[in-house]
Amino acid sequence: MPNAMTYAANFNEMYTSDGTVRKHYTGVAEWIAATSPDRIRQMREAANMLFHRVGITFAVYGEEAGAERLIPFDMLPHIIPGEEWRKLERGLRQRVQALNAFLKDVYHGQEILRSGRIPADRVLQNKLYRPEMVDVEVPGGVYAHIAGIDLVRAGAGEYYVLEDNLRTPSGVSYMLENRKMMMRLVPELFSQQSVAPVEHYPDLLLDTLRSVAQPQVENPTVVLLTPGQFNSAYFEHAFLAQQMGIELVEGADLFVDDDDTVYMRTTHGPQRVDVVYRRIDDDFLDPEVFRSDSVLGVKGLVRAFRAGRVTLCNAVGTGIADDKSIYPFVPEMIRFYLGEEPLLNNVPTYQLRNREDLEYTLAHLPELVVKEVHGSGGYGMLIGPTSTERERDAYRLRILDSPENFIAQPTLSLSTCPIFVEQGVAPRHIDLRPFVLSGKEIVMCPGGLTRVALREGSLVVNSSQGGGTKDTWVLE
Amino acid sequence: MLSRTASNLYWMARYVERAENTARMLDVTYRMSLVPKDPRLADQEWFAPLNITGTLYPFGGRYSQVNATGVMRYMVLDPDNPSSIYSCARAARENARAVRGSITSEMWEVINGTWLEVQRLSEERMASDRVVDFFEWVKERSHLFRGVTVGTMLRDEAFHFNRLGTFMERSDNTARILDVKYHVLLPSVDDVGGAVDYYQWAAVLRSVSSFESYRKVYRDVIAPLKVAELLILRADMPRSLHACMNEVYDILQHICGPGEQEALRIAGEMHAALHYGRMDILFAYGLHEYLTEFLQRVHELGGEINRAFFAVDTRRLAA
Repeated sequence: MPNAMTYAANFNEMYTSDGTVRKHYTGVAEWIAATSPDRIRQMREAANMLFHRVGITFAVYGEEAGAERLIPFDMLPHIIPGEEWRKLERGLRQRVQALNAFLKDVYHGQEILRSGRIPADRVLQNKLYRPEMVDVEVPGGVYAHIAGIDLVRAGAGEYYVLEDNLRTPSGVSYMLENRKMMMRLVPELFSQQSVAPVEHYPDLLLDTLRSVAQPQVENPTVVLLTPGQFNSAYFEHAFLAQQMGIELVEGADLFVDDDDTVYMRTTHGPQRVDVVYRRIDDDFLDPEVFRSDSVLGVKGLVRAFRAGRVTLCNAVGTGIADDKSIYPFVPEMIRFYLGEEPLLNNVPTYQLRNREDLEYTLAHLPELVVKEVHGSGGYGMLIGPTSTERERDAYRLRILDSPENFIAQPTLSLSTCPIFVEQGVAPRHIDLRPFVLSGKEIVMCPGGLTRVALREGSLVVNSSQGGGTKDTWVLE
Repeated sequence: MLSRTASNLYWMARYVERAENTARMLDVTYRMSLVPKDPRLADQEWFAPLNITGTLYPFGGRYSQVNATGVMRYMVLDPDNPSSIYSCARAARENARAVRGSITSEMWEVINGTWLEVQRLSEERMASDRVVDFFEWVKERSHLFRGVTVGTMLRDEAFHFNRLGTFMERSDNTARILDVKYHVLLPSVDDVGGAVDYYQWAAVLRSVSSFESYRKVYRDVIAPLKVAELLILRADMPRSLHACMNEVYDILQHICGPGEQEALRIAGEMHAALHYGRMDILFAYGLHEYLTEFLQRVHELGGEINRAFFAVDTRRLAA
């Protein structure tokens, strides 16, 4: 069992600082107390076996080609009281609305740049800014239809947005599979308390995708475009396509004809496609516009998109809004576009392109987390408190080489949630990724994907870096 | 449906069927090798599976001698032989993974589970006292796959392409297995109609699970003409060429649109030849010659199916 020391260090989701169980965790605490460790071990093994057989795996880059691993699953749920979730939900809606307004603005009038709230060169010189998108009209003015907003809790339990993911955020299949697994393993917990359902996510997603087809299309055909079965998130692509009942296509299955229309190759000839939920990065999307060596994309796709003959979800060029060098300005966007005060906190961020920030960061490396501005997936970060002097020295050289490519943030004392370990339960750091869908309206499933750092003391929750997942419950 | 999806489904089913038939073919060869014979001819039947599958040449490039150990290793475990049981299990699984959204989770679990198991195969499992069990296991996994397919899959185009793969592959494989006898020489001309000949034909029947059926249908001793009739012309014998072409023709009638009539025509012609065929004429022509020509036609039909459905002409718009 966790000792008093660990309660004190961080906000613990399950226990208060004096070690009593928080009210919304009492059901689970009673269940743990009433269940033998042997039974729990059996359940964990059953869960692993099922995940493997069903093939819920992900590929890891840098390992042997095609290597597949399970994402470790922990049976103790991350529980959020309903009242708390409703606050979060309001904050998430607000944030995503502002991010979409920002995207529309930077590709049209650029008012926020002219107002001086965000330095223009920070946007226009950014390699994630896509000049190809200037003055392109997208249905409903929505760019980031699927957004994954990473939240953490720190200090006394307040939430912070760690980063916005507006390109091709993944992980929602784990949210759905984890719930399915929990309902199979511990149905009694669901009958005792009312856990808000998440199973309708594929319906919400399909509705959202269909709602952003070009207005003249009556019964839009939606497809999911995957880079293929060696992509790390291929399981999720196949899973979502199946759940929505849409075709899972690869680049070679689509072509763009002289009429700027996208077709898929079917057994009975070409068939028109109206909405592409693409899980391929901009760079590989269309060899005609972006990387010409890409074999994953579809030649002419951007041409069809710009001509208003197909909707891409997410739109091209959303990366400019989730870039870490733009992140510090999101609260300002909310004020500028919505005239509201931000409901969710940003983490204080040092921008190393600024001389003062750079000097401060270099002097305080052991306390800070340093990230590449264009990076994602937990690759290429320096975590000060757990780094060695050699790692810091090497990283320092990288920073000095191009400071504008880095930001730094204070190491947050992330909240912990108990997980099952060999000796019982122990606290580990977690974060939460809710998925926000924007079409005709903004919708989301209660909760999201909870990721957990499995190593004691580790702050890295990314699955590519050995993190695991948990089911997330919003209690009504 | 997507051409690529159709192609993946078709090949997934073909590879499962191929693994099963490779197991059957090795099984019959193994049984034949147990018949007592002149020691100078030991190992000679192991040329048969290589000849039948057209792999004698690549085999020779990798193994020095044609014998039980080498051929078994090559045709079961060798990852570099594209038609080894190992490679078939892998290819079936890769095709299935590419179309996970179009097959039921039960089908996926069978194929994925088979592949996980095959990866653990070792020479040890190929030891002579266990090899028959292994062939049984391969057959069982294939039975399971077909059962789960028929039992769980929606009867849509995906189902049809899957079944098409099964019967195209099976017609090819039955023809090849039947041809084993041509490649396995009898010790001497005097043995025609003798005990060894009898035993070999019986082994062919057993390899396609038709020994009991033969007895039921003919109530007679094993005679080559009747064995061939059973496996070629009998429509009620589920692995016969006629039964396979019944299925293929029927499936193509479901899925062929106006632009895919050539595939239907070839299948119809092959089907008619089997439906109205006569064994004495066929035997006079020569069984080996007949089978060789049949395999050629199956190959042609496969090419036409590929052209019509998988490599779609983009100028032709869907109806």
